[in-house]
Amino acid sequence: MPDSESLRRSPLDEQHRALRARMVPFAGWSMPLQFAGILEEHRAVRNRVGLFDVSHMGRLYVGGADAAELVSRAGTYDARRLEPDQGHYSLLCQEDGGILDDFYAYRLAADRFLVVGNSVNADRDREQIRKLLKPPIDARVEDRQESTVMLALQGPRAVETLARLVDPEATQGLPRRRCTEMQWQGETLFLSRTGYTGEDGFELVTSVEPGRALWEKLVAGGVQPCGLGARDTLRLEAALALYGNDIDTTTNPWEAGLGWAVTLDDGADFVGRTALEAARTRVGRHLVCLMALGPGIMRSGCVILHGGEQVGRVTSGGYSPTLEASIAMGYLPSSLAVEGTNVEVEVRGKRLPARVVPRPFYRRPAAPPSSPKPASS
Amino acid sequence: MAVPPELRYSKEHEWVGVEGDIATVGITDYAQEQLGDLVYLDLPKVGTAVHQFEKLGEIESVKAVSDLFSPVSGEVTERNEEAVKSPELVNQDPYGRGWLVRLTLSDASEVDKLLTAEQYEELVAQEQAE
Repeated sequence: MPDSESLRRSPLDEQHRALRARMVPFAGWSMPLQFAGILEEHRAVRNRVGLFDVSHMGRLYVGGADAAELVSRAGTYDARRLEPDQGHYSLLCQEDGGILDDFYAYRLAADRFLVVGNSVNADRDREQIRKLLKPPIDARVEDRQESTVMLALQGPRAVETLARLVDPEATQGLPRRRCTEMQWQGETLFLSRTGYTGEDGFELVTSVEPGRALWEKLVAGGVQPCGLGARDTLRLEAALALYGNDIDTTTNPWEAGLGWAVTLDDGADFVGRTALEAARTRVGRHLVCLMALGPGIMRSGCVILHGGEQVGRVTSGGYSPTLEASIAMGYLPSSLAVEGTNVEVEVRGKRLPARVVPRPFYRRPAAPPSSPKPASS
Repeated sequence: MAVPPELRYSKEHEWVGVEGDIATVGITDYAQEQLGDLVYLDLPKVGTAVHQFEKLGEIESVKAVSDLFSPVSGEVTERNEEAVKSPELVNQDPYGRGWLVRLTLSDASEVDKLLTAEQYEELVAQEQAE
């Protein structure tokens, strides 16, 4: 474990310590694992609203006449298709189609993008994009990971909370995957209707000082601060891939079920395109959702067996607070990657029965009630 | 962090309370706090012989799994089924309703190898300083 001195600290480090968060090393950063406890934070996000410091995420601003071209070449999704104020999930691949990172591309204006990637890959993403930035492409890349704060406000009450505590107009009619820039406390505040929890909510980016003020205002307003622990249980229930676990350079978008993030039909040229076109016709395995049928908790690395033979490994696993059972994801050969297939997962020397279930494990109610229901059991 | 003075402690953060030849075993308040929200307990069946400082079972939080070690040797006479059903009891009341197993002690002198409450508090202070 790296000693705590060498870890990078979030601009909200002091705020986290004041709230007595348990800090852990994560991707070279010291970040909060939990505040009130993972289960309590998880339930706050599913039932009300929670606030995450995600300042460790990579943030690259790409500007210039060819910004759309550059972002489009870097990722599998054709960013040229995005309208201003629109965002989309994309994958940064290597030539052989293996995944170097997953990221979100937001088009702020015709000639300006924000690219948000994983903290663990921030350096790699920046280098990959800079490598593609050569004449005649006219663009510039600015890394604002250090100079900004990034927050995620997630949960069914996120809209109401943001309107109440930040700006009554801010969220007026901002649809899913749309973004906007507004002024808050004299600085630019980026706001997008996106997240990594399976709930409605927002991600916000602003400079360090207003970012601290925003965090403090939301927490003082009763929003539950949440850490990496709940972020992981929430994203797993929503079956959202985690880079380094479910996707990496040895997996391609087709087998990971991320084909919707790959644009092949308009001739866009991006790194890995040729390999991905070829791989599309011979997908031999699929990332599936597994639910345990008995007691015990499946974890990343556990062997998956079928008919006594090893057929795969768990890539992400844990306890689902919503389903009160262990859930996991892992790759299975296509013939077994079918809903209802029964398998066994080896958990610390014991074989735990599990079943392939529909993806995702959790889907938020289609139309959240506009006013809180009276408490009833 | 609570450390009841009448109990004895292992370096692995289990506690044991002895009454006659019956020992009640659980994990400490510090241990439950470090582990976080507990969601699964794997405890030995009644009748199982366990040995001092050897594996007793497993305890699992949302975040991670840990081995449980028996602070004393003996035979399991009871396990806390209520805690198996609701592991959060161990978080809420680690020295009370969150006890784990009861054993008949096979060697009462083993208790002397365990830490006193004062020694255990020192151990925790050291771990926290690291």
